[in-house]
Amino acid sequence: MKKLALFTAILVICGLTFASAIAQNKPAKAPYKIGAVIDVTGSASGLGEPEKQTLLMLTDELNAKGGINGHKIEMIIYDNESDPTKAVTKAKKLVSEDKVIAVIGATQSGTTMPIVDIISEAKIPLVSVAASWKIVTNPETKQTRPWVFKTAQSDSLAVSKIYEYLNKNNISKVALITVSNGFGDSGRGELQRLAPSFKITIVADERFGEQDADMTAQLTKIKGTDAQVVICWCIQKGAALVAKNFKDLGMPQKLIMSHGIANQNFLDLAGAAANGIILPAGRLIVAEQLPLTDLQRKGLLDYKSKFEAKFSPAKVSTFGGHAYDAFKILTNALKKAGPEPEKLRAEIEKTKNYAGCGGIFNMSAADHEGLTKDAFVMVQIKDGKWELIN
Amino acid sequence: MKRDWSLWAGLAVLIFLLPLFVKSPYYFSVLIFIAIYGMIVLGLTMLMGYAGQISLGHAAFFGLGAYFSSILTLYLHLNPWLAMAAGLVGTIVIAFLLGIPTLKLHGHYLAMATLGLGIVLQIIFKEEVKLTGGPTGLTGIPYLKAFGISFSNDRAYYLLCWIFMLVLLGLSINLVHSRTGRALRAISQNQVAAGTLGISVNWLKLMVFALSAGYASIAGSLYAHYLAFVNPSPFGFMVSVKLVAMVVIGGSASLWGALLGTALLVSLPEFLTRLQDYEMVIYGAILILVMVFAPRGLTGIAAKIFDLLRGRTRGENAQAA
Amino acid sequence: MEWHSQLIQYLATGITTGAIYALVALGFTIIYNSTEIINFAQGEFVMLGGMIAASLLAMAGMPMWAAIMLAIALATLLGVIFEQLAIRPVKNPSVMNLIIITIGGSILLKGAAMIIWGKDDRPLRSFSSSQPLHIFGAAVTPQSLWVMAGTLVAVILLHFFYEYTITGKALRACAYNKKAARLCGISVERMVLFSFALSAAIGALAGILIAPITFTSYDVGTMLGLKGFCAAIFGGLGSNPGAVLGGLVIGALESLSAGYISSGYKDAVAFLIMLLVLYFRPTGILGKRSEKV
Repeated sequence: MKKLALFTAILVICGLTFASAIAQNKPAKAPYKIGAVIDVTGSASGLGEPEKQTLLMLTDELNAKGGINGHKIEMIIYDNESDPTKAVTKAKKLVSEDKVIAVIGATQSGTTMPIVDIISEAKIPLVSVAASWKIVTNPETKQTRPWVFKTAQSDSLAVSKIYEYLNKNNISKVALITVSNGFGDSGRGELQRLAPSFKITIVADERFGEQDADMTAQLTKIKGTDAQVVICWCIQKGAALVAKNFKDLGMPQKLIMSHGIANQNFLDLAGAAANGIILPAGRLIVAEQLPLTDLQRKGLLDYKSKFEAKFSPAKVSTFGGHAYDAFKILTNALKKAGPEPEKLRAEIEKTKNYAGCGGIFNMSAADHEGLTKDAFVMVQIKDGKWELIN
Repeated sequence: MKRDWSLWAGLAVLIFLLPLFVKSPYYFSVLIFIAIYGMIVLGLTMLMGYAGQISLGHAAFFGLGAYFSSILTLYLHLNPWLAMAAGLVGTIVIAFLLGIPTLKLHGHYLAMATLGLGIVLQIIFKEEVKLTGGPTGLTGIPYLKAFGISFSNDRAYYLLCWIFMLVLLGLSINLVHSRTGRALRAISQNQVAAGTLGISVNWLKLMVFALSAGYASIAGSLYAHYLAFVNPSPFGFMVSVKLVAMVVIGGSASLWGALLGTALLVSLPEFLTRLQDYEMVIYGAILILVMVFAPRGLTGIAAKIFDLLRGRTRGENAQAA
Repeated sequence: MEWHSQLIQYLATGITTGAIYALVALGFTIIYNSTEIINFAQGEFVMLGGMIAASLLAMAGMPMWAAIMLAIALATLLGVIFEQLAIRPVKNPSVMNLIIITIGGSILLKGAAMIIWGKDDRPLRSFSSSQPLHIFGAAVTPQSLWVMAGTLVAVILLHFFYEYTITGKALRACAYNKKAARLCGISVERMVLFSFALSAAIGALAGILIAPITFTSYDVGTMLGLKGFCAAIFGGLGSNPGAVLGGLVIGALESLSAGYISSGYKDAVAFLIMLLVLYFRPTGILGKRSEKV
C-alpha cells in the first residue's frame, strides 16, 4: 500500500511538472507555414541552390525580428530534383500534408508548369521564380491565372531591351545561337517573335545541347554569314563555352547574351573570354554603379552584403534575387492582409512600387508579373567586372 | 498459378478499400506514380526477367505514349481514350519495327542498342519543336473523362490508374503461365536450345518487346493526362536506368517483384526528404548492394525466407518454380 | 569564311573531341578485354580526373604537372577500390548483374562528387597559353594540341605496354582465353584489378586534358562515357586500335554534321552511328569477326 502511494505521488508530481513546462513553452502565436518547391539538385541546381539559400536567410532574418505580427515564419523547402514528377508530389505534399498558406517555386518553367493547376485548385497563392509567361497566363484562354504570380522577368522583356539597344546602334542583322532547353527555347521563341516589330532580321539560327562541350561548329557556320551581332541565349557552362569558342575563333561580330549570365559563376568560367560581352541584366549585379537616386539601390546593396557575408565565397546571383523578391512580396502582403488565402492573394495583386532585385514591381489583376523592360539595364563585361552602359 | 491469382485478388481488394482509410491527395499522388511507373516496370520485367532481354531505353516508349496522347488530344482534338489507343498502337508498331534489327543482338550489344535508341528518341522529342513543343513542352492537356466523371481529382485518378494496372497485371499473369510464357522462359535460359525445340525465338522476342513497349505507352498516356503537361525531361537515360533498377531490386524473375521494386523506389525519396542531397549516392549504393548480396532482388529474399520457414532446401524450391 | 577553312575548323574541333572519346573508348576496351565487363562507370573516372585536378590546382603553390600526376594517381586508386568493392565480390555474375553494378557505381560516384564538390562548373587552367593558333585559316587552341598529343602518347605507350612487357602480354592472354591464361600461371584476378586501374588512369588523363577546354562538373562523366562507348563499339569492342579509330571518327562526324546538317541533332550522331554499326556489323570496324554478338 505504501509503495503504491509513493508511486502515485511521484507520478502526480511528474505530471504537474510536465504540464507546467508545456504551459510555459507554449508559443505565443502559431507560425505561418510557407512552402517552397525548388530545383535544388539536378540540371537546374546552379539556380536552385542560391534560391534556397536566399529563402533560408530571409526567413531567419524575419524571424529574428519577431516574424510577422508576432507569427514566426516556418519555411518548408522541398527539392524537386529538376524533375516535373517530383515537383508534383512535393507540391501536393505541401498543400495537403504540410498545409502551407502559400507556395514559392519552382525554379524552372518546366518544373513550375505541372504544379500551377495543383496550387490553383488548392486556392492558395503561388509565387513562381521561373520566367515563362505561360506560368501566369493561360496560353489557351489568354486569361491571367488568379492564384499565380511570378518574380522572374519574362524573356520578352529582355529581348525587347536588347532589340531596343540594337535599334539605337543601327544594327539590324543578327545570328542566334541558343541552347536546347526550356530557357534557351523560350528565348529563341521571343527573339523570333519580336524581331519584325523592331525591324531585326535573323540571318542564322543555331542550336546546341545542354551537355555539349563545344560550339565551334555552330559558330563557324555563323562566321560565314553577314550577321552584325550574335545573340546567345544560354546560361552557365554552355554560355561560357560559347564565349570561349567565340573568342578563339576570332569572330568579328559583337556577342550579346541573355540576363541569365548575370552571375559570378559565369565570369569565373568564361574568364578573359567574357570581355566585351553585352547583356541586359537586373540591377543587382551593378548595384554599386547605380545613381544614388535609383529606387532599387539600397535594397540591392543590403541583400548583396548580407548574402555574401553569410554564404561566402558564393556571390549574389539573379536567381537568388528572384527568390528574394518572391519572399518579400509574399511577406509584405502577409503583413497587411493576414494568412487567409483570398485576402492574401488580393493583397499580392495590389503590390505597387515594390523596388526589388528584379525590378520595380507593379502588379494588378491583369498583370501578375508587374515588370516592364526597364527592369533591365544594359551592361557590358569589362576585365571581369560588370559595367553599366548608359 | 493459383498463388498469383490469389495475390491479384488480394491486391484488387486492397486497392478498393484503401480510399476508406487514406484521404490525402499527397498519398494518392504517390500511389498514382507507383501505378504509372509500375506498369512500365511490369512490362520491362516480362522482357528482362522472363525473356532475358535487356532494355536500357524504355523511358522512350513511356515518352512516346505521353506525346502521342498529348499531340492527338491537343492538335487534333481527338477523344483522349481514342488517343490513348492510337498511341498504344503507334508505340507498339514503332517498337516492333525498331525491335527487328535490335533483338538480333545479345547481352551488352543489346543493352547498348536499346540505350542508343532511347537517347535518340529523347533527342527527337527535344528537337522537333513544332510537333512536341521541344524542351518547353506542351501544356493544357485535357483530363480524361468517362461516364460523366472527369478524372481530375487524385482519388478518382488513383482508382483509374490502379484499375489499368490490375488489368495489365492480369494479362501478364495469364501470359506467364501459358505456353508462350514457358517458351519465353526457355528463351531466357538458352536461346539456341529453345530454337531447336521448335520455339519461334525471333517472333516471341519481338512480341514481348513490343508488348512491354505497349505497357509503357499506356503508362505514358496516363502520365500526360495526370500532369496536364509534358516535356522531354522525364523520358531520358537516367529514367530508363531507374526503371531497370526497379525491375532488378524487386526481383526480375517475378511479376510481383515489379510492383515491389517500383513501390520501394518511388516512395523512398518521399521518406528521405531530409537526405535529399544524398539521394544519388544512396541509389547507386542500393543498386550495387542488391546485385552483390541479393541478385534475385526483394522477391528473391522473400522466397528464401519462405523456404527457411517451411524448412525446404534450395534444390527443391528451384524445381517448384 | 572560305569553305576549306570551315572544313578544317570542323575537323580540328572534331579531332580534339574525338581524341577524348578515343581515350574513354580505350578505357572500356582495356577492361572488356580482360574481363568481358562493360564498365558503365568509365565516364565517371574521366570526371574524377578533371575534378580532382581542379581541386588540387586550387591549392596554393601546386604546380600543374604535380596536380596532373596526383589526380591520375588518386583516380587510379579509386578505380582499384571500385573493382575490389563492387566487381570482385559478385559470384557468377550474369551480364545483367554486371551492367547494373557498373551503372550503380557510376551513379554512386556521380552522387559522391556532387556532395564533395558541389554543383558548380569548374574551370581548369590551360596547360600552356590560351592564344589560339591559326592553321590554314582555322583557329586551334594550344590545349587542343595538348589533347591530341596526350592521346597519341597514351596510345603509343599502351601499344608498347601490350607488346613488350610481361604484364601487357599477360593481359592479352587473358583476353584470348582466361582458362588457358590461368593454366600458364597468370593470376586472372590480378589482371582484372590491373585493367581497372589502367582504365581509370586513362580515363582520368582524358578528363584532365579536356577540362581546360570544356570545364568540368560532377555530371560531365555521363555523356562522355556513353559516347566513348559508342566509339568502342564502332571500332570493335576489344580492339585497341578500333577504339582510337572509333573515337576520332565519331568526333569528326559529330562536328561535321553539326556544321553541315543540323546543330540540334549533334548529340544523336554518335548514337546513330553506333546503332548502324550494331545493326550491320556488330563486331565493329576493326573487331574480330568471330566474336559472338
